[in-house]
Formats: sequence, C-alpha cells, structure tokens
Amino acid sequence: MKPVLAVKDLSVTFRTEDGPLSAVDRVSFDVGDGEVLAVVGESGCGKSVTAMSIAGLLPRTATVDGSVELDGTELIGADKRTLRSIRGREVAYIFQEPMTSLNPVFTVGHQIIEVLRTHIGLNRQAAHARAIELLKLVGIPSAERRVGDYPHQLSGGMRQRVMIAMAVACDPKVLIADEPTTALDVTIQAGILDVLRGLRERLGTSIVLITHDLGVVADLADRVAVMYAGRVVETADVHDLFAHPEHPYTVGLLRASPAAGRHADAQRLNEIPGLVPVLTEQPDACTFADRCPRALDTCTSSQPQLTDRPHRVACWNPVREPVEV
Amino acid sequence: MAVADVTDALTAAPLRSNRRRVVRRILHNPLALTGLAVLAIAVILAVFANWLAPHEPTQTHLDRAFAPPGTAGYLLGTDDLGRDVLSRIMFGLRASLHVGVLAVAFSLVVGVPLGLIAGYFRTVDALISRLTDLVLAFPFLILAVGLAAIRGASLGNAAIAIGIAQIPGMIRIVRSETLRIKSLDFVAAAIVEGASDAWVLGRHIFPNAGSAIIVQATVGIPAAILGEAVLSFLGLGIQPPAPSLGTMLADAQQFASRAPWAAVMPGVAIMLLTLAFNIVGDSLRDALDPKASRR
Repeated sequence: MKPVLAVKDLSVTFRTEDGPLSAVDRVSFDVGDGEVLAVVGESGCGKSVTAMSIAGLLPRTATVDGSVELDGTELIGADKRTLRSIRGREVAYIFQEPMTSLNPVFTVGHQIIEVLRTHIGLNRQAAHARAIELLKLVGIPSAERRVGDYPHQLSGGMRQRVMIAMAVACDPKVLIADEPTTALDVTIQAGILDVLRGLRERLGTSIVLITHDLGVVADLADRVAVMYAGRVVETADVHDLFAHPEHPYTVGLLRASPAAGRHADAQRLNEIPGLVPVLTEQPDACTFADRCPRALDTCTSSQPQLTDRPHRVACWNPVREPVEV
Repeated sequence: MAVADVTDALTAAPLRSNRRRVVRRILHNPLALTGLAVLAIAVILAVFANWLAPHEPTQTHLDRAFAPPGTAGYLLGTDDLGRDVLSRIMFGLRASLHVGVLAVAFSLVVGVPLGLIAGYFRTVDALISRLTDLVLAFPFLILAVGLAAIRGASLGNAAIAIGIAQIPGMIRIVRSETLRIKSLDFVAAAIVEGASDAWVLGRHIFPNAGSAIIVQATVGIPAAILGEAVLSFLGLGIQPPAPSLGTMLADAQQFASRAPWAAVMPGVAIMLLTLAFNIVGDSLRDALDPKASRR
C-alpha cells in the first residue's frame, strides 16, 4: 500500500551562533492510510522539529533536507502556493498548549466557520451547521450553545477538542498531534485520546502522534518510531515494540515509565542516566553510547544504521533476550 | 418567517451578539456613559458653535474687557479684549478636536501598518525600527517649524506635525504587540491551515492588538490637543485671533491675576476633554475584551 505520508532522509539543521546545530538527522518513516504512528523520545530529541518540518512551521534559521511526500506531492522545497493549498486541506496540526492555540477575540464557532468557508467554500448556513456537527463529533456537549462561546469560556480539555474539530474540519489526510494531551489532566487525556481514535475509525485520518508518554502510545498507536538525538533508533509495530524492545534506549524508556500494577513492590522507576546530547555535528559513534549500559567498543567508533526488517533498530548490540520492564 | 431567514439569523448571531455585548457593557458602565456624554456635548458644541455661541468669538469689546463670569450675556466672562470666553471655548473646542482627531488618525494610518509589518516580517524590522528611532530623535518643535516653513502655518499642518511625532509611539506599540501575538499557537495554527501573511495579520494579529491600539489612540488625542496649544502659542498652529483651547490658555497667562477665569475656563475644558477621552478609551478597551467578566 502506498503511504499517505512518506518521510525520507529528513534532516533539519539550525544556524546558531555556535555554528550549525543538527536537530534531525536523516529521519525516515511512512504513515499508511488510517495508521497512527507514534514518535516517542525524551525532550530535545527532535520529535517536535520533525513534526514542524512536515507542517512547514520551522523558523528561517532552519535548513531542511530530504523529502517529505504527502500523497505523492513533495513538500520540501515546494513553492508557497503549493504549500498553502496542501496545508489546511491535507495536513492539520494540533498543538500541545490548548490555552493559546485559539484566537481569543473570536468565538470558537466563528473560527471553525472561517476554516470551512475558506478551504471548502461552504456558505454561511452550511458552515455553521457543519461547525456544530464537528463540535459534536469531538464530544462537546450542547454544541449549539458552545459554538457561540469565546475560547476563554471553555476549559483546557474543551479547547483541545475545539482545536481537533478545527483540525479535522477540512477532512485532512494527515493529522499531526504534537503532545496533544501533555497539558491536560489524566481523565481529560483519556477523552481526547478517545476522540482521536474515533476520528481515525470514522474518517480514516492518518495520525502522527508526537509524545513522550508511552501510555498514550500503547493506547492509540499502530506503529512506533523511537527517536534519540535527532535520529530514529528503533521502529516497530506497537505490540512488537512493547513486547520485544531491541534498542537499549527503548528499554530504558519503558523501564522509566510507570505501569499499572508495577508499583506493588514500591520499586523506584529506572531512569536513564545523563541527558540527550546537543549535536553540532553527527559523530562517528552511536549518540547513545555514553549513556548505554550495553555499549561495546564499536559503539564509540562507528554509527549504527537502521536494520532492514519490519522491526528496525539502529544498534550494534541490540537486546535480543526477553527483557523485564 | 422563511426557514432561510431563521438560519440566516442563527448564523449572524455570533457577530451581532458580539457588537451587542460591547454596546451593553458600555451602557452598563456609568463612568463610560459620563465620559461619552462629555464627549458628545463637546462635539455638539464644537460642530454647532456657529449657532450656539452667544457672541462672535473674535469680536472685541474693549469697554467690556475683564467682565467676570456671570455678567449678563457673558456666562463665563470676557478676556482682555472683551471677547466672550464661552464663545471662544466653543470655537476653541472645534479647533482642538480637529487637531486631536486628525493627528491621531494620521499616526494610526501610518503607524499601525508599519508596526504590523515591522513586527511580522523580520527582514524589514530593522529598517522600520531605525527610521522610528530617527523620527523619535528629531526634535518635535523643529519638525513643526520646518513643516510650517514649507507648507505654511495652519491648524492642518500643526496636526500633521503632531501626527508625525506620534507615529513612533504607535509603531512601537503595534510592533511589540505583533511580536507577542505572532508567537502564540493560534497564529501557527493559521499558518498550518495555509493562511497567507495578509490573512494572519488582518484576522489574527490586528484584532488581538486592537485594545493596545485603542489605548494608544485615546492617550494620543489629549496629547495632540496639548501639542496644538504649544504650537499655537509659538504661532505655528491656529492663527490669531481665531481661538483654540491652547491659545486661550496661553494668552490668558499675561493677565491671569487680573482675570483668572479667562485661563481657568479653557483649562477646565481641556481637562474635561482629556479625561473624557481617557475614560471612554479605557471602557472601550474593557468592553472589547471578550475575557473581561460579564456583568
């Protein structure tokens, strides 16, 4: 099956005062029709930059190389006009912070209606009716009344729902959700995840889910790409990844996240020592080597590449034995 | 009523209720109403001064000079040349409002777009900001004198000079608001949606900068009225004997101990006008802010 979104060898470099800074290094992944791909990793490992480069939100100091194909159309290096027509209709973005992602001076209905009118060309009545429909779709109670509310009159969870309603207003092929539940409390999180799952099932939207919450991943994702220091270090089917993590970093992430029932013996969670390195250049070594408990001599002298199997891993000494997480 | 009418009314509801809300908030605010009333009276007096003024504002009656307030026919007294203070205030209001509104309108028309552009497009920001600094560093009076030398001394030219002097402040306010709003997620969301720069500026940044612009404008009007007083005092503004509130105040200083009312009355008029503009501006800002609590 042809992927809806195909990212190939995507590299992002920022020009900084200390010279070029590599934020994303030759990242590749595909997202199929109706598939949910989770991109996970610690803060600063390039998840959001990857997402922003797909959406074209990077500042001018960033240089983007490689290829991002959306439904067969190349986005990197495309002219403004092409990008403008693709965005909004084909790609939608949900932000982490629901408090600032809606325009405070217009009602939420007005904002959804505006999107519908400009992108789909609906007339006023049709757009208004559709806006209420969309609000219902994302689970907002008494949508007829809420459509006239200003963003500040809604709670954070409600606003995130409105954001999702706006994002799917044009029936986009790909929805990029950049930590959509991070700013919300746990019960609201579950509701938002339900909404996303519903969208995928009902509209067949492909979702790129950026998160550092493995619980969210297990809940929603079909496939997972684990990122570390700007590179994809492991990618696999979600069940496979949770059952047989191969990269020591993935194992570390899994060990560092709480799971239901695991705290019975009040054991301390295992953290991964150290921090994600900031790279001014990609070294000839595994970037995880100095934090890795399984590091070999090869790890400090040569950079591992992703293996070519359904369960791909970039590691010189992958974990093959069953692990306790 | 046809079905289409009902749906039409429904869809129009958000916008209209917004306007209604603003009006309702103003009407429920006694302070705002007072300010509006003062402004309305000032505008009526100024516009209809020809008919409302009891005397010709430039007509001198040397035999009736320094008549105190309350003298028959001269409610607010007369000045050193026997001219009716009340009539002169009415015509003075006309000149002062004229300058105030014109100057601020000028600074809005030039300053708001430049501020938006400077804040939004980083490439031209440096250029616009340096030009702003240049205007700011240029002495206002020399600018006014220069303009008067080129275009002649008149009320309109005084307004332009004051307007130019107010442009840097307007640019800076709008620019900083633009920078602030630009970094908010809803602007990024609009960009992902494929919005053009013009759309982002017009629909997202400008409306959110509105309250700051309104405040700056309402502060600008009284400042312009006082600026006109300074320019007219130097002979660069309105030409005597035609009155403005500023020139009345300035002229009356020479005989302030003899006839204090000739200075106090226009002074009070300036104060009331300034106060009314500030109050109305403040309440307008509050009323336009959807976040302010509902009454």
